[in-house]
Amino acid sequence: MSVVLDVSHVGKSYATYRSNLQRFANWFGASIAPQSEFWANRDVSFQVKQGEAVALIGQNGAGKSTLLKMITGTVRPTVGSITVNGRVSAILELGLGFNPEFTGRQNIYQAGGLMGFSQQELTALMPSIEEFAEIGEFFDEPTRIYSSGMQARLAFALATAKCPDILIVDEVLSVGDSYFQHKSFDRIRQFKAQGASIILVTHSMGDVRALSDRVVLLDKGTILKDGRPDEVVDYYNAMVFEKENAKLAIRQRRETHGWAVTMSGDKRAALVSMKIRDAVTAEELKAVRVNQLIDIQSEIKIMEPIHRLVVGHMVKDRTGHVVWGTNTWHTKQVLTGLEAGQSVLVTFRMLCNLGPGSYGVTYNLVSTDTRAEDNYDSCDNYVVFDVINLDRPIFVGTTWLDAKITTEVIGK
Amino acid sequence: MFRSLWQYRHFIFSSIRGELRGRFARSRLGALWFILHPLAQSLIFSIVLAEVMRARMPNSDSTAAYPIYLLSGMAAWGLFSEILNRSIGIFIEQASAMKKIAFPRLCLPVIILGSAIINHVLLLAAIMIIFLFFGHLPGLAWLYLVPGMLLISAMAFGIGVFLGVLNVFVRDVAQFMSVFMQLWFWFTPIVYLRNVVPQQFQWLLALNPMTPLVGLYQDALLLNQGPQWTSLLPTFLVGGLAVLLSFTVFRRASPELVDAL
Repeated sequence: MSVVLDVSHVGKSYATYRSNLQRFANWFGASIAPQSEFWANRDVSFQVKQGEAVALIGQNGAGKSTLLKMITGTVRPTVGSITVNGRVSAILELGLGFNPEFTGRQNIYQAGGLMGFSQQELTALMPSIEEFAEIGEFFDEPTRIYSSGMQARLAFALATAKCPDILIVDEVLSVGDSYFQHKSFDRIRQFKAQGASIILVTHSMGDVRALSDRVVLLDKGTILKDGRPDEVVDYYNAMVFEKENAKLAIRQRRETHGWAVTMSGDKRAALVSMKIRDAVTAEELKAVRVNQLIDIQSEIKIMEPIHRLVVGHMVKDRTGHVVWGTNTWHTKQVLTGLEAGQSVLVTFRMLCNLGPGSYGVTYNLVSTDTRAEDNYDSCDNYVVFDVINLDRPIFVGTTWLDAKITTEVIGK
Repeated sequence: MFRSLWQYRHFIFSSIRGELRGRFARSRLGALWFILHPLAQSLIFSIVLAEVMRARMPNSDSTAAYPIYLLSGMAAWGLFSEILNRSIGIFIEQASAMKKIAFPRLCLPVIILGSAIINHVLLLAAIMIIFLFFGHLPGLAWLYLVPGMLLISAMAFGIGVFLGVLNVFVRDVAQFMSVFMQLWFWFTPIVYLRNVVPQQFQWLLALNPMTPLVGLYQDALLLNQGPQWTSLLPTFLVGGLAVLLSFTVFRRASPELVDAL
């Protein structure tokens, strides 16, 4: 597959001069070094192939938006080069270029012109835009009377009116109602199926998993990780909750069974073992039947005195979607005043109402309901087990909903 | 640079239409306001200064001479100051679009230029009707307004874009200019006649590139006379230089423009 976007050793610095006169002098051939430089991106290199969906993630200030702007072309890189093969359509903000006094239709011409469409093209695209936006008679009303959701619909319909070679989406899918969000996602998937490449910036890890084939994690302007979604997202989650100095403590590997395992924590309490057992026979399980009663049993060793211990589990499916999860904070079973050397045995007993497939169990040993405060020991997909359907009728999905089906024929 | 402007011509036209529509939307008197403003201003000056100025008007037999003189100068100045003032602020005003959509940035001042000229032409049409009420018939010299308009626009566009770029980096520019423009207005013979200025200050008026342009309007509309082309020569130079300078600076500053917004 051909490469549609090649970002090669790109860096962007924002320069501050002692006086703006020096900056002005530089335009006319002088070469005065700036007083200080801030590098928003440094040595960023990656390629996007045709039809690939790449998500950019990272904390605020990691340089995601600057990178997107450089790919879009509004900001020029200070060093390095960006090669784009094809038409780029960027949705960095919905509703830009709209004139509130114009009707929806006129604004399509206005903002569409700003995006570089010709008048004829827009006329040809108009019916499909009108149809996609689904705002009915409001289409011919001034946009100042639109609700924000309606404006977003119109803007999204315009931005995606024509399938581009590269679609850049910056956190705009969070607007609108869930119906429209679904529709927008569908359209992005359609584009992908038609061979467009997608570059997505989002803070919603759900979107990342649902849309992308690859995730690039940015931190302090450089690429920290570039790889498969489950792997990078877990790494990111671990990173977000790590304190600065402990960042090096994140360890990650891809096990032979294909699951990314990400560990973090200061090990003031540590997991010794985790087993999945049949609740009745206590036999250790690698495969679980649909609707089997199981225990997830963890043994935790306390290494240093800790005032509170919360144990949480999360069950994720193969794509990284969280199927279920809770912790002893929410169930009000927080353990307090633990001494070094003690051991804790925690059992989660549950009916395994999962659909057939492979699942990973994540554990978090923390002090509150999140990893933000203290993270003693956490690991994604520490134990992996399969759910098999032996005695139930065939069904799809990740949840066994135990439907009781009745049928009745009415009439002759 | 110019080819990309041509590609975006539909956007430019539609934006100009939007500017005009936006200006008149939802106000009761709508389009009348842009005529009423300069008219009211001229009326005030006429009332205050009519007696002082009338005696010195070249064809002082007509009571309408001073108002006509005033309106002509006001129209010329209005075009100049509208383009200049709005160009200075435009890059900051449109910061979010410039940061997030890739389009030729030069579109923005061009839109201002277009809408200001259209406004100006409408104003001239209105002035023509007012002159008819005064019993002052328009003559062929009105045609001289066309080169006058172009010169004023070129100068205002050049200075405006140049200062507009600087203003992105040093915001004091716009503040300074709002004061400076008032000063400039009073150093241009619009409200008063050139010949009331004492001899020792005449050189100031001669240095002012707006003097001959305003004079062109006044001569054409009041006296039905063409301009003295030689007096326009410095203005030509200043206008051409301003445009050249603005394009150069715009080009050089372009990569840094968005960074500073």
